[in-house]
Amino acid sequence: MEAAAVPAADVAERAPSAVVAAQDITRRYGEGDTAVDALRGVSLEVEQGKLTAVMGPSGSGKSTLMHILAALDRPTTGSVWIAGTKLGDLNDTEITKLRRKHIGFVFQFFNLLPMLTAEENVLLPLTIAGEKPEPAWREELLKKVGLDDRRTHRPAELSGGQQQRVAVARALISRPTVVFADEPTGNLDSTTGAEILELLRSSVEELHQTTVMVTHDPRAAAIADRILFLADGCIVRDMPRSDPSAVIAVVDELAAG
Amino acid sequence: MLTVALKGIAGRKVRALLTAIAIVLGVAMISGTYILTDTINNGFNTIVTNSYKNADVVISGEAAFKNTNGNGVETPTFPQNVLTKVRALPDVEAAAGAVQSDNVKLIGKNGKVVDTGGAPSLGFSVDPRYQEFNPTQLTEGSWPKGSDQVAIDKATAANKGFAVGDPIRIQAVGPQRTFRISGIAELSGVGSIGGATFALFDLPTAQKFFAKQGQLDIIRIQSKPGVSTEKLISQIQPLLPPTAVVRDANAQVKEDKKQFDIAFLQYILLAFAGIALFVGAFVIANTLSITIAQRMREFATLRTLGASRRQVLWSVVIEAFVIGVVGSVIGLFLGLALAKGLNKLFVTFGIDLPQGQTVFATRTVIVSLLVGTIVTLVASIRPARRATRVPPIAAVREGSVLPVSRFAKYGPVTAFVVLAIAVVMVSLGTLGSGIATGPRLLLLGFGVILLFFGVSMNASRVVRPLAAVLGAPARSIGGAPGILARDNATRNPSRTASTASALMIGLALVTFVAIFSAGIFKSFEDAVDELFIADYAITATNTFTGIDVAVGKSLVGQPGVSDVTPIRQGSGHFLGSDRDISGVQSNIATGVKIDWRTGGPSVPSKLGKDGFFTNTDLAKKHHLKVGSTVSLEFPSGQKRTVRLVGTYKEPNGGSPFGDATISTQLFDKEIPRPKDLMVLVNTPDGVSDGNTTTLEDDVASFADAKVQTRDEFKTNFLAPVKKIINLLYALLALAVIVSLVGIINTLVLTIFERTRELGMLRAVGMTRRQVRMMIRYESIVTALMGATLGLIVGVFLAALVAQALSGEGIVFTIPWLQLVYFIIAAIIVGVLAAVIPARRAARLNVLEALQYE
Repeated sequence: MEAAAVPAADVAERAPSAVVAAQDITRRYGEGDTAVDALRGVSLEVEQGKLTAVMGPSGSGKSTLMHILAALDRPTTGSVWIAGTKLGDLNDTEITKLRRKHIGFVFQFFNLLPMLTAEENVLLPLTIAGEKPEPAWREELLKKVGLDDRRTHRPAELSGGQQQRVAVARALISRPTVVFADEPTGNLDSTTGAEILELLRSSVEELHQTTVMVTHDPRAAAIADRILFLADGCIVRDMPRSDPSAVIAVVDELAAG
Repeated sequence: MLTVALKGIAGRKVRALLTAIAIVLGVAMISGTYILTDTINNGFNTIVTNSYKNADVVISGEAAFKNTNGNGVETPTFPQNVLTKVRALPDVEAAAGAVQSDNVKLIGKNGKVVDTGGAPSLGFSVDPRYQEFNPTQLTEGSWPKGSDQVAIDKATAANKGFAVGDPIRIQAVGPQRTFRISGIAELSGVGSIGGATFALFDLPTAQKFFAKQGQLDIIRIQSKPGVSTEKLISQIQPLLPPTAVVRDANAQVKEDKKQFDIAFLQYILLAFAGIALFVGAFVIANTLSITIAQRMREFATLRTLGASRRQVLWSVVIEAFVIGVVGSVIGLFLGLALAKGLNKLFVTFGIDLPQGQTVFATRTVIVSLLVGTIVTLVASIRPARRATRVPPIAAVREGSVLPVSRFAKYGPVTAFVVLAIAVVMVSLGTLGSGIATGPRLLLLGFGVILLFFGVSMNASRVVRPLAAVLGAPARSIGGAPGILARDNATRNPSRTASTASALMIGLALVTFVAIFSAGIFKSFEDAVDELFIADYAITATNTFTGIDVAVGKSLVGQPGVSDVTPIRQGSGHFLGSDRDISGVQSNIATGVKIDWRTGGPSVPSKLGKDGFFTNTDLAKKHHLKVGSTVSLEFPSGQKRTVRLVGTYKEPNGGSPFGDATISTQLFDKEIPRPKDLMVLVNTPDGVSDGNTTTLEDDVASFADAKVQTRDEFKTNFLAPVKKIINLLYALLALAVIVSLVGIINTLVLTIFERTRELGMLRAVGMTRRQVRMMIRYESIVTALMGATLGLIVGVFLAALVAQALSGEGIVFTIPWLQLVYFIIAAIIVGVLAAVIPARRAARLNVLEALQYE
């Protein structure tokens, strides 16, 4: 890999300027003849306070990219920095601490804990970190996601959209450096999906929450400040905020090859 | 995090409860054991304490030694004039003498001796003038007075339909006698005296009836106010013959309690509790492992939200802790019911012990809760460590599998090494000569535990081949559901293996008991076949307590009786130990075929006043030759020098003779109120119904005498042993029930897991009946795997132990029929375990099941 030849000093100089940065990352699954290259050398920087969308068809490597950026998976080669920390050097405990401080997650399938109430789910990251929530911030957040009057409900008593709102609030509660959203509308109908997108957009605008969202939904991508298109494990297009039709046009163009 | 863990349990009540049940039974067994034994002890305590109420000092007979080998030692009496001398002492306020016996058999209206289930048939004298010392109280009638009156215990009166004024036949020493019931009495303050019976007489009547004329067994003494016990004892001491001792009443209570020591019972029951807990630990570990595998996404989500591995570990451990505490508390209280159940079980198997007030001691609470919780925690460690290995990425991926541990590649090797070490330990523990008994038992104990682990660890690799064999019938009987069931059983081999392992433990122990007891029975029966050449044997109705020598004497010279030869049973102290001794007549060869090695067939007639014979093993061990002399001490303290006149080869299964056999002449001289273990009788024309009737008529005046042929004797002799074996099976059933819970857990949890799949199967046309069948077959295949492994381990252990004890006459013989029963039992376990899970699976709503995730 040529990326490996980049002098470490160069990288170190550039890394801190972006909240999330990746340098020439590759990811190979399996070995030998059955090996699959999910990522073939991706470099990117995520701008602070912006919403970055990663788009691409199934198998393009977009999910893998997010997993690696979010420290859920390790690249086969290349490096990732979050808030200036190089992930490759961290052990499990250090990554755990990094997650507490810098990373928030929104999942496709919500991943709420079924036995906890909505409010308890929201506060869970703080509970885990052993921190007390600021009451004002907690209230603001619960109001913002519209769950003020449902805080004692359990996930089973909430609709899918409400569950995802809880998940968004949970991702925001610790004011992380970056929120990763993995197909946040993938398990919702279009109306509720739109509400969730609005919520994510407003968290970027009002709270300046840096967000990375993986999606294959052009309407979701359309709320992003920047859209990265992935195909066959490489970034093939980098476009600024665009309306859905423009996004669809790019998707079609890329699909046509 | 604590709240998260706690809420986690609250949110999965069914699963938590399923896990807890595995520990509940073991803890209930601990708590039940303590409650039962404490309650029995309390009963004995009350009996003994009551026996010396208001007494300051007690004089009692004291044997020169005790004998714990089998034949008890009858406590010697002392002359009645001791009482006169004691009463003459200036510091004595009151003194009352009494005689007692534990061989006063009440005869029911049907002419049969009242069965005490191994408990004593008590008889004692009461002196109404000294009510302060009387441990009994009348519930009806009056105290017995004169030579034909008796008062009997309330339970016997109620159970056998006796009332005041009725005649009752009683046998003590000599032929039975008829008394008239003057009153009904009970032991003050005791709930139940168990199977024991008692009969009360006035002193002269009791002395005559118990053959203790002019003798006393006990004197209860009250001192004058202000006189110290020590002073009184020192005054009494010089008045006593060597066969009597004086103690303060508290010391006497302690002394008497020794004979009611039920610590062994407690240990045995606790051992079974331990087995149930051990099996429970397997079940808990397995259940937790499955739940953790099912909660991977939850753990992964927690990790993505910043939970450390340690936090994940703790959340599982806390969950286990709560389950352990809850299970232990339930078990603790279930123990109250189990204590009653255990007692019923004992009574059913002929062990009827007294019961005091139910005792629920602090120790019971502490031990039960502590042990239950700790066992659960220990069982949770491995699953908890597995949970920490759940990678955060599992939160976003469908169907992630747990990454294997760093040491996984050594797994098969470790499993094999553990098994090998276990086999070596068990082999050394059983066969290793030259190792002291203590370390040997330790080796054996830990070896067996390790063996179960070892087999369990290796079991996952035999799951597939076993399922192929055991599942074959399922396939032909069950069709498609049968095939699916077999494949489901092999889908997660390690899960099936550990589920089956829990059952393996119970079945291995059951198999061991079956084979071991078959070995004991076989060697005993062989010995009887070899030795017993008489036509008939007469023993006590309960076979073991011995019968009055008057029975044998009464038969001599009766028409239709050609030979009568008794075998006395008693105790002696010689060659440094307390031992069983026997007494025989010169015609013993008419009843027993003895394989003489020295001295020849004339040995019995050469015994005379100072001869004895013994078996070749003892002679060899102590370098005894014909002509060697030993000093033989009798319970009275009397010593006799006896000379060896011959040795015989004892069969492996034992013989009716003790370590030394002397002439009845010497025996009867030194042992008061002698008893025969059995009297062997020949009739001129052998065994026939007519002869049996004749003999029964001849001994009709001894209700306790039972006439039996050789085969009947074998059955009667083995009956109590068989009862104990059956009791062991009943106790081991607890471990099997725990493993049944384990199978239920696994099935219920796998059904949660396969909900979508079950929905799919139903959607493509599987009927509810077929779903139930599928679950049932899977359960049976799992149970049969446990049974197969258990039988193998059980046979292996039994073979080793039989080999080790071959010198003691244990032979290795496989009771095939019984093993077939065990396999059938395993199938039943499988069917039972499947009932609830199968119902749950069949009830699934197809549509919901398909959408389940």
